[in-house]
Amino acid sequence: MARMSDVPPKGGFSFDLCRRNEMLLKKGIQLPSFRKTGTTIVGLVFQDGIVLGADTRATEGPIVADKNCEKIHYMAPNIYCCGAGTAADTEAVTDMVSSQLQLHRYATGRESRVITALTLLKSHLFSYQGHVSAALVLGGVDVTGPHLHTVYPHGSTDTLPFATMGSGSLAAMAVFESKYRDGLTRDDGIQLVCEAICSGIFNDLGSGSNVDVCVITKGQTEYLRNHQLPNPRTYVSTKGYNFVKGHTEVLATKIKLLKPKAQVPEGDSMEE
Amino acid sequence: MSIFEYNGSALVAMVGKNCFAIASDRRLGVQLQTIATDFQRVYKIHDKLYVGLSGLATDAQTLYERLVFRHKLYQLREERDMKPETFASLVSALLYEKRFGPYFCQPVIAGLGDDDVPFICTMDCLGAKELAKDFVVSGTASESLYGACESMYKPNMEPDELFETISQALLASVDRDCLSGWGGYVLLVTPTEVQEKILKGRMD
Repeated sequence: MARMSDVPPKGGFSFDLCRRNEMLLKKGIQLPSFRKTGTTIVGLVFQDGIVLGADTRATEGPIVADKNCEKIHYMAPNIYCCGAGTAADTEAVTDMVSSQLQLHRYATGRESRVITALTLLKSHLFSYQGHVSAALVLGGVDVTGPHLHTVYPHGSTDTLPFATMGSGSLAAMAVFESKYRDGLTRDDGIQLVCEAICSGIFNDLGSGSNVDVCVITKGQTEYLRNHQLPNPRTYVSTKGYNFVKGHTEVLATKIKLLKPKAQVPEGDSMEE
Repeated sequence: MSIFEYNGSALVAMVGKNCFAIASDRRLGVQLQTIATDFQRVYKIHDKLYVGLSGLATDAQTLYERLVFRHKLYQLREERDMKPETFASLVSALLYEKRFGPYFCQPVIAGLGDDDVPFICTMDCLGAKELAKDFVVSGTASESLYGACESMYKPNMEPDELFETISQALLASVDRDCLSGWGGYVLLVTPTEVQEKILKGRMD
């Protein structure tokens, strides 16, 4: 049997630990839960473009792992994507499609189109039959106009004027269904998105913390990170803990001084 | 029992003023039996970058060896050390590569970047990065660690105060977890020196 050498692989998934993990499962050991973005993500089309919104809570089971994570991922200067589901999957799939879009921009010399990103995402997700658990709201403005799509983990897509995904999607959709109308102004659009996300934050346990908003119009994108902070931390003690030096019992200490690294000077290239 | 509770572990990293500290417990167990009380969980990648690996100990050691291998290749090609952000992306990619048969490890990465700005980050076992500006925790004692760090952490602590705070947070949290503890190991890195300290804790 050939020795398995750990050269950097060509890319894609590697399944060499699967047999061992199956064996562990049979022995009664439960597989771990992965970090999910419980999430409320929304998008809507307004008169000049797209507004995307997301909450900022990342959960690991019932525990909040990250109180201020970023769920609105960059795809292209004119295309952004919100992600719900397994956090590693949404990050990996949006990073991958973002790189593919950049290579495509270099090859074609044109601005990326939203439909390109959509097709790349849906074909990747479909080929993994839903095991890559990423539910996305993709929005952007290209030469053909503003576009808003939802992508489900199995690879199906919808094209909509307003969309919500994630565990808080019902709470957010209730707000959209009652207040959305065509031809909203920019401020109205941002206001409505914030209301929808806040509805998810306060009513859904898997969503929380702050509201991130991204406004995409023709030629300009504004990423308003932490646009609203409706959950400030109020239990801070002004005194805080003060541990005096020497408070902790130490058995052994080792101190190593760091030498400054020697810089190799940039030599002149060899010339005749 | 979950696979993460097979060996037991507790890891925490905190940011101070131009310095960072990373701390772990020292127990290695096989379910409820303790095998070793001097197990190393925090590994050095280069002078200003350390990675702590919690979870299944065998996967932690394997993953560490792969990371050191990749970093040495990087050093040979680039003729310099890896920046902490780059290293975090490397760890994330290595973990995500095994998406459907993962390593049962949750890394905690801590390093000093350019201009000695401290960088900390943790990931779940699939490589979903969580960058934090204050503290990150991992391991079986993580729930207690979250609580202890939330209350004890203050921004911009000097190295001495940071050491005391991270030690107290670690010791308090592992006392509430059967599977971790048996002493503590704290590594404090400032731009000029690296301090390693072994803490005296409850041996139960």
